[in-house]
Amino acid sequence: MNFMNFGAQLPGATELGLIYAVAALGVYLTFRVLDFPDLTVDGSFTTGAATGAVLISSGTPPVLAIIVAFLAGAVAGSITGLLHTKGKINGLLASILMMIALYSINLHIMDGKANVPLLGIDTIFTPLENAGFMRNSWVGSLILAAWVLLLVVVLVAFLHTRLGLSLRATGDNEQMSGSFRVSTDGQKILGLAISNGLVAVSGALMAQYNGAADITSGIGLIVIGLASVIVGQALFGQRRVWQAVLAAALGAVIYRWVLQIAMAVGLDPADLKLASAVIVVAALLLPRLSFVKNLRANRARTRQEDALADLVDATDESHPAAAMPAGAEIKGQNNA
Amino acid sequence: MLEIKNLAKTFFPGTVNERKALQGINLTLQDGDFVTVIGSNGAGKSTLLNMIGGRLRPDVGSVSIGGRNVTKIAEHKRARWVGRVFQDPMAGTAPHLSVEENLAVAMGRTRMRNLLPGVSGKDRAFFKEQLASLELGLENRLKAEVGLLSGGQRQALSLLMATMTQPEILLLDEHTAALDPQRAALVSQLTGAIVDRDKLTTLMVTHNMEQALQLGNRLIMMHEGRIILEVDGETKAGMTVKDLLGEFDKLKGGGVSDRTLLQ
Ligand SMILES: Nc1ncnc2c1ncn2[C@@H]1O[C@H](COP(=O)(O)OP(=O)(O)O)[C@@H](O)[C@H]1O
Ligand SMILES: [Mg+2]
Repeated sequence: MNFMNFGAQLPGATELGLIYAVAALGVYLTFRVLDFPDLTVDGSFTTGAATGAVLISSGTPPVLAIIVAFLAGAVAGSITGLLHTKGKINGLLASILMMIALYSINLHIMDGKANVPLLGIDTIFTPLENAGFMRNSWVGSLILAAWVLLLVVVLVAFLHTRLGLSLRATGDNEQMSGSFRVSTDGQKILGLAISNGLVAVSGALMAQYNGAADITSGIGLIVIGLASVIVGQALFGQRRVWQAVLAAALGAVIYRWVLQIAMAVGLDPADLKLASAVIVVAALLLPRLSFVKNLRANRARTRQEDALADLVDATDESHPAAAMPAGAEIKGQNNA
Repeated sequence: MLEIKNLAKTFFPGTVNERKALQGINLTLQDGDFVTVIGSNGAGKSTLLNMIGGRLRPDVGSVSIGGRNVTKIAEHKRARWVGRVFQDPMAGTAPHLSVEENLAVAMGRTRMRNLLPGVSGKDRAFFKEQLASLELGLENRLKAEVGLLSGGQRQALSLLMATMTQPEILLLDEHTAALDPQRAALVSQLTGAIVDRDKLTTLMVTHNMEQALQLGNRLIMMHEGRIILEVDGETKAGMTVKDLLGEFDKLKGGGVSDRTLLQ
């Protein structure tokens, strides 16, 4: 194991993780908020990379290129949403169809080439690189982290707006949402659009970071996204919305670190995708194992007690609810 | 006002599974009418409510709410005028949203869904006042996840959410049937109080004959997709469960076997 090497690579891995964090936020929106496993992201990540790289290499300012990448991803996500809601195609299938279609579209954007290099062209990272902040220094990570944090704040704020509440309600109870005048079809399309927009931004950033857009760059992105969300939320929780969103972003960084460690102890880079899949499978199966279940039950009990504590705090001392045991339902109060 | 004209619906027409769920229903509710609906299992009561709410489309016939023909209007658009509570306490609320967030979603029935804060300070004050009227202590649990509430509390919350924005029509489909007797009585009593206070035009399906007689100013009995009995005003007020069962037997041709299905 090469620890020296590992230490030197950690800032770079963190930067990568923070770029993928943007995609993880997108995957969080579909997978957790809408409860929709969306494979479009494998295509829209590359769409973002391709759009960004092509625009920047033809002289478009990087910031503008990133905005266009967002829009391109959003269009891709909307089409998946339309296929699913209006076309009544199974969600998973609709997203696979879109992912496959995007492969051709991405090739067209890249003018038929599998790779669009950005050598010698100024990207959004060029000023940081020239200052020596990237890869060998933690300054780049700090600056990226600040931007990701800003994005987290914006996303959390959005999820607490009237529109954001409708989106969450749609994912939580679709029938109920419809009965309160939420256009659930519209919300799913909106959620898929924002999600794939974020994923495309991540792709556009990655192309600039790597100095090239590659037609294969999005392959397996869904697994990276899911791993980030699942690992992050397992570690940092997901009870509150801000907690869940932050956990997804942090999960992306931790996931990169884990892969970096795996490579430091001798994992063949060819096995990276296999390792990613194994991490996700483990994260999905682990909660179902009996001993973990017991652990959870204990934690849930504590949580209920916490909730009770909240209740007692919030309640006037003389209120009968304050004397209620944990888990008990409110009885004897129906003096209405 | 609700006007239903010649409403009919057949499931799986032309197959061995054909079910004539509704066979020409005509029903008019004046503003403030509170109609209770009883009838055996499979009589078409839920189908009728689903047609009014827009979850199902009729084969023929029309539904108008407040003079607007809404027969072809999608459920989520009709929801501006229609409030609903379902039998399943899980059906009417979003479990991972807090009490106040659920209420805010319900407020969205009559207001824009934009980028303003989902729950404003003004909303919170209004929600507290509304929740206090349930007398369940929920006004102190605005931030609690709704999934943590009991079935009775969730159903009371569903009722509040369905009525808070003063819908033109309130549809209740056996909304107390899944609750234990004590809680069913509480929700039933809340229903009477809210409908009375806000003069809501209401259609309530129930299996509980006592409840059907106790609540509302009109009663209809359905059987095999038809309305077979209508009672209102004085007649209804003077009726007992025994009278009602007698009527049912008479209309059915005397068989007692169906009687049990009514309950
Ligand atoms: N979505 C549906 N698909 C097929 N058949 C249905 C559907 N909904 C109701 N039915 C049938 O229509 C008839 C009336 O059902 P329903 O309205 O649920 O009765 P009730 O609520 O009075 O018990 C029943 O025979 C039922 O099997
Ligand atoms: Mg029914």
